[in-house]
Amino acid sequence: MSETAVIADRRLEREAAKRRRHRRGQAIAALSSVVVIGGLALWVLTSPGWPEVQETFFNWEVFKESFPEVLDGFWLDVKLFVIVEIAVLAVGLALAVLRTSRAPAFFPFRLLTTVYVDLFRGIPTILLVYLVGFGVPALRLSGLPTDPVVLGGIALGLSYSAYVTEVYRSGIRSVHRGQRDAALAVGLTEAQAMRHVILPQAIRRVAAPLLNDFVALQKDVALISILGPQEAFRIAQIVQGETFNYTPLIAAAILYLAVTVPLARVVERMGGPEGAVR
Amino acid sequence: MSAPGKPVLEIREVTKSFGEREVLRGVDLTVREHEAVALIGASGSGKSTLLRCIDLLEEIDDGDVFLDGETITDPAVAPVAVRRRLGLVFQAYNLFPHMTALENVMLGERRAHGSSRAEAEERGRALLARFGLEGREDDRPDNLSGGQQQRVAIARAFAGRPRALLLDEVTSALDPELVGEVLQAVRDLKGEGMTMLIATHEMSFAREVADQVAFLHEGRILEQGPPSQVLAAPQRDETRRFLSRLLEAGRA
Repeated sequence: MSETAVIADRRLEREAAKRRRHRRGQAIAALSSVVVIGGLALWVLTSPGWPEVQETFFNWEVFKESFPEVLDGFWLDVKLFVIVEIAVLAVGLALAVLRTSRAPAFFPFRLLTTVYVDLFRGIPTILLVYLVGFGVPALRLSGLPTDPVVLGGIALGLSYSAYVTEVYRSGIRSVHRGQRDAALAVGLTEAQAMRHVILPQAIRRVAAPLLNDFVALQKDVALISILGPQEAFRIAQIVQGETFNYTPLIAAAILYLAVTVPLARVVERMGGPEGAVR
Repeated sequence: MSAPGKPVLEIREVTKSFGEREVLRGVDLTVREHEAVALIGASGSGKSTLLRCIDLLEEIDDGDVFLDGETITDPAVAPVAVRRRLGLVFQAYNLFPHMTALENVMLGERRAHGSSRAEAEERGRALLARFGLEGREDDRPDNLSGGQQQRVAIARAFAGRPRALLLDEVTSALDPELVGEVLQAVRDLKGEGMTMLIATHEMSFAREVADQVAFLHEGRILEQGPPSQVLAAPQRDETRRFLSRLLEAGRA
């Protein structure tokens, strides 16, 4: 046998071994999935209470009946989410720039921003919804909003802006100081360096963590139900009260998932270190 | 070589400390029009700090820097206006990674010098072509070699029509085979009569391009003169020791 034939043989052998390993890996993964997931399903489905749970949580008739109503309420969640998110992105960016600026004239703003972030990140969002939603109308000051949807949106905005400020700030701080030097060296002012050189890089870097906060906000919109607006969770609760069946809550959960899962996939796409930069 | 003219940069008794550490202890140096001054000295001798102080990226503690006879280190002087009259090239290039090569070169033109987009683009393309980067205009820095990146950085610093260019160890971060193309770019600038202050470790390059060589040691200029004098027949022991260490390392 010639030498090249031996080499070709060895290569075929290696490739065959690689294929065998690959097939065996797939077989093990499939078997393991069947055992684990099947086991879990069996465990739940054979539990003594399952028939009852199925009736009260997964009732198809109730689901069909309540879904349109819950979906109706869900539009309020989506609208509020979009408006609050846009406001949070803008406010958070402004506060982060203030917090990282070194201009002496901004000192009081820097101080106030720090206090704001500490305060509103430290208070549970649900508490803020209560405080703003019930406290502000109680002041009975003219000119302040009284609509619970608006107040709930403000409470969510206050809470999330504090988080998002810190996300932006970490992005700004992660941009190498040489970038600022280079921007100043070509003759830009500090503000221009921020706008044209530092922020574009910072925002790209924090896109994934920002999206993460979107997902969280999208769910927390349900907290405004405390104040009474008929959003998805609230309606699900009402229907549940009428029918003594929890299935409407599952309908609401599915609607939230329909938004958060695709968002989460987008976050993952942006997860790579280079993926975030491009 | 055109004859050196009036002083463009005059550095007088400049001191600078970072905390307890005195980096510059009274530096005196003059760079005349069309002149290239090579600033040599060990790592940590203060070369970078001096260049950063001249471009007002660091505030000096004492002394004066004059640009065309006018003090620029007076606290009343607006640093932005001064930086627009100078160009600085960094050791690590410091290109803007989110911009293409062309955008890097255009940014200062557009935002600091108020050129229109079309003007800045025309000048940017011409400068990139001039430094051998035709066809790379739309590449981002991470698609360029180190030598190409540094040439973009030189084009960027040159785009603002500076009175003087400050070059901070522009070849130290490069693989050896890429050093030549960057030195060629500097040589071309010198050929055009650009006034330059060049911090460098490349002694053969200093010998070839510089009109003056200044040896910075422990925060002071210990010796200064034409390369034939400072590099070939140094007067001071410190200079001699520094040069022989470079020789041993195969860099001279």
